Amino acid sequence: MLKNVRASTPPGTPLPKCPTGIQGLDEITDGGFPRGRPTLVCGFAGCGKTLLATEFLVRGAVLFDEPGVLMCFEETQAELEANVASLGFNLAGLIRRKKLLVDHVRVERSEIQETGEYDLEGLFVRLNHAIDSIGAKRVVLDTIEGLFAALPNEAALRAELRRLFRWLKDKGVTAVITAERGRDQMTRKGLEEYVSDCVILLDHRVYERIATRHLRVVKYRGSLHRTNEFPFLIGDNGISVLPITSLGLNHAVSRERVSSGIPRLDAMLGGQGFFRGSSILLTGTPGTGKTSVAAYFAQAAARRGERALFFAFEESPNQIIRNMHSIGLRLEPWVKRGVLRFHAARPTLYGLEMHLATMFKEIVTFKPAVVIIDPMTSLLAAGSESETRAMVTRLIDSLKARQITSLFTSLTHEGSALQHNEIAISSLMDAWMLLQNIERDGERNRGLYMLKSRGMAHSNQIREFVISQRGIDLVDAYIGPGGMLVGAARAAQGAREKAAALAGRQEAARLRRTLERKHTAVEQQIAALRAEYDAEAQEAWRTDEQAASRTVVLATDRREHTKPGQGQR
Amino acid sequence: MKTRRARRREPRLDGPRSQIWELRLYVAGQTPRSLTAFANLQEICEGHLKDRYRIQVIDLLEKPQLSKGDQILAIPTLVRRLPGPVRKIIGDLSDTERVLIGLDLRPPPPSGRG
Repeated sequence: MLKNVRASTPPGTPLPKCPTGIQGLDEITDGGFPRGRPTLVCGFAGCGKTLLATEFLVRGAVLFDEPGVLMCFEETQAELEANVASLGFNLAGLIRRKKLLVDHVRVERSEIQETGEYDLEGLFVRLNHAIDSIGAKRVVLDTIEGLFAALPNEAALRAELRRLFRWLKDKGVTAVITAERGRDQMTRKGLEEYVSDCVILLDHRVYERIATRHLRVVKYRGSLHRTNEFPFLIGDNGISVLPITSLGLNHAVSRERVSSGIPRLDAMLGGQGFFRGSSILLTGTPGTGKTSVAAYFAQAAARRGERALFFAFEESPNQIIRNMHSIGLRLEPWVKRGVLRFHAARPTLYGLEMHLATMFKEIVTFKPAVVIIDPMTSLLAAGSESETRAMVTRLIDSLKARQITSLFTSLTHEGSALQHNEIAISSLMDAWMLLQNIERDGERNRGLYMLKSRGMAHSNQIREFVISQRGIDLVDAYIGPGGMLVGAARAAQGAREKAAALAGRQEAARLRRTLERKHTAVEQQIAALRAEYDAEAQEAWRTDEQAASRTVVLATDRREHTKPGQGQR
Repeated sequence: MKTRRARRREPRLDGPRSQIWELRLYVAGQTPRSLTAFANLQEICEGHLKDRYRIQVIDLLEKPQLSKGDQILAIPTLVRRLPGPVRKIIGDLSDTERVLIGLDLRPPPPSGRG
């Protein structure tokens, strides 16, 4: 017999896992496939078994530096290389670098004559040689049931397969065995009874003309695993499983605020805008300006130097850019500078899962700070309501986990402002803005109000929402005894107030002028009085002086006359 | 080796009965089953292909890389390399009738197996 390497696990430690590197699958299986044990992947033809198995090897070689052996019983190496090249797997390169070994086992029933007892030691030797030649840690046996067609003695074959799986375990390699799904059992040849550690079932169903692939972990001995059926996709980057329950409510939250791009709207939100990483719902009836608000939001992000990703489900990017031009919003420079990206797709183009996957891909590659989905409601066309809700939940969770602020627009119909599906989705949202038409006096005006905004003070008033050539503005609606006045009524009221104010100003000016005149008169009077006083004071002083000098003269004269012997003798 | 064999075969192209038969027996170690197979093979060859057969025994434990060339899965496997086309017979060759049919030394029975 061959030399065996037993992978022993000390008791009490959790089952060692071998990460597959396949998006989402490791989350479902709580870390990957059981290390050193065989895993059975079964499904009907065209489910993606070979692809899953190949990706397991490729990711193992590329991400975890674990070389792998792919023993295929159906496809040749060249066929396999061509099949997976479209997924960006470069098998030839991996083979050259001895990270991967593809061994095509060709078995032709017509060439084989059975004459007595035999075993599959040849296969063992071959596999062992392949494993040892590159030091493989992972092994894939792709549709081992091919052997049943080639070897007539089924009893002998079964015994040998049992030995093979035992041998793989002893060899310590993590093996993936693919098998065809049977009609009433998991595999056509009942292989599941040999591979008892981990069984994964793949399925491809068509529901309402939209095909979705599903993956389910049927069995995983000794490990926790998710039991639900998860949709998965084969995109141009391999398989991605999207476990809805993988995302929790434990994402980090930010206190940072981001502007909505409309100053008056920020003012309604405590002056600073929305929380970063929050999800914002913007509902409105047709023509209320949802896309315009969304475009402002995108532009604000671009101005801050952040990247914005705009998912448009109803309009083409060029159309949005052109339309926004009419309200004075120029988006194309941002698009050219690569900070704003549009992704447009018709909702019915493919199923929800595919939408979600392409959106994820865009988000992961573009790394935006702001994501806009316009409108979210058209995704309902691609799936049922519960599916859409599930999808939006997943989208919001993953956006929040990445601290991406998201704005979802939602179309409602006239008369039913709050449709029940919005209510279902709104509970997932942190902020909810409502755009409404207000019809009065023969004109239609738009009103905007914040229905909710978690975690911040926000205005409870309805603002009039004005879209003009200069852009969006929010105007305080006139609220008076006659109710709320918008549009022309508000303008008329404004004019009346303006006239009154003007009259007031004129009156004040007149009063001021009168006062000034009075002031001048008083000044003049004061001056005249002062002059009179001065004149009188002068007069008084002169009189005093004359009197004094007269007294002196009189005294002198008297002395002259009374002097003895002098003069008259 | 090869050239000599080719030269020897060339002058008489009068069918499998007169050619040198080149047979390969793949085994994995000296197991009782492989010894049985070898003994059975020799007996059959002596009986039906006297002096015009060559048997090459390949032990895959020693040369595992050779298992790929002839697409060997089962052990023991007897491969008829020459005359063509290539035939594979698996098992310990204890069913002589089947071996003879497999080697084209006897036409298959009319009920048709193989």
